[in-house]
Formats: sequence, structure tokens, C-alpha cells
Amino acid sequence: MALTKADMAERLFEEVGLNKREAKELVELFFEEVRSALEAGEQVKLSGFGNFTLRDKNQRPGRNPKTGEEIPISARRVVTFRPGQKLKARVEAYAGSGPQQ
Amino acid sequence: MTKSELIDILARKQNHLAYKDVELSVKTLLEQMSQALATGDRIEIRGFGSFSLHFRPPRVGRNPKTGETVSLPGKYVPHFKPGKELRERVNEPATTTGKVAAR
Repeated sequence: MALTKADMAERLFEEVGLNKREAKELVELFFEEVRSALEAGEQVKLSGFGNFTLRDKNQRPGRNPKTGEEIPISARRVVTFRPGQKLKARVEAYAGSGPQQ
Repeated sequence: MTKSELIDILARKQNHLAYKDVELSVKTLLEQMSQALATGDRIEIRGFGSFSLHFRPPRVGRNPKTGETVSLPGKYVPHFKPGKELRERVNEPATTTGKVAAR
């Protein structure tokens, strides 16, 4: 089962002792502040977890896969996530039962 | 923005909460997210994005010092796919036209 905001709020309720409303608000605000920083063009470094960085992409040629029509893909700014050493090591140790996707 | 700056901002905005509770909350959230990925679970946050694992198949590598070949086992790496809201908000200040572009 995928981890969701509801699971995270539940954990803050159980482990930190926030009430349910506070927990829900804090989880919401946590992701909102990361979004705001990225929106403002600032990278976000969460030590032990990873860094969210921004990359500016130039315009490049693209194609509508349905019609085959050529359409330029406009210049854009995108978010990339670079996992930290600690997270990479923990995930690498996961011996799953074959490719997940 | 670093983790401690994020904690400061959250503590300032939720000033009815004790600073140490906000600090513990942020650490708990990140630990829970890491734990989920470390056990092969996905993370899905609407409007923010999803984290999943991508498999890297086994390959033959080389020790750059000795030139010796080594067989490297397959492994998983964390992958983040930004959600629609995050993509749009990040891209908006960067583009001047506001045109909807082909993906």
C-alpha cells in the first residue's frame, strides 16, 4: 500500500502527540512549504532524505505520438529529486521480488 | 531551503505548537517516507508528487583503479515524479508566455 498524507498525519498523532487536526495541518504545510520554496526558485535540501533541485530546460522538438505531428516542447523549469546517500543505501538494501514497475 | 530552515518556517506558522514538536514531526515524516521506500512501498502525495523505486538491472562494471571487471548486482533506486500542481507552479514563473505546451 502506498504511503499517503493520511498515514503521515496518523503517525504524528501517535508518535508526536499532535491532535488529529494539528497533525493533518502540519503534513499539509510541510509539503506546501517545499512546493513554495521550489516555486520561488529555491532548491530544497533535506539531509538524510534527498535534495529537490530545479533544472531549466531549453525548447526542444517534440511530436504528438498520436498524429505524428511535430510540435516544439517549450522551454520549461522542472523539479528533479536526488536521493541522499543514506536513503540510497537503505533502498539499495531492499531485496524486492523483482522489478517493481 | 534546508531541513532546519523548513522546521523554522513551520514552527513560525504553527506557533501554537512547541518548536520541539515541529522538529520531531519533520524528522518523523522524513523517517516514515524513507522507511516506506526502504521496504519497497510507494509514496503518493496529491499535488506534490509520488516516490517509487526503479530497478537497475545487474551489470558488469570495472574497478577504475585496477581495471578488473566486477559483476554488480541489480539494485533499486528512489525515483520522484512531480505531481501536476508542483510541475505547474514551478514552471509558471519560468515561462513568460503561459501557453500550454505539448508534453
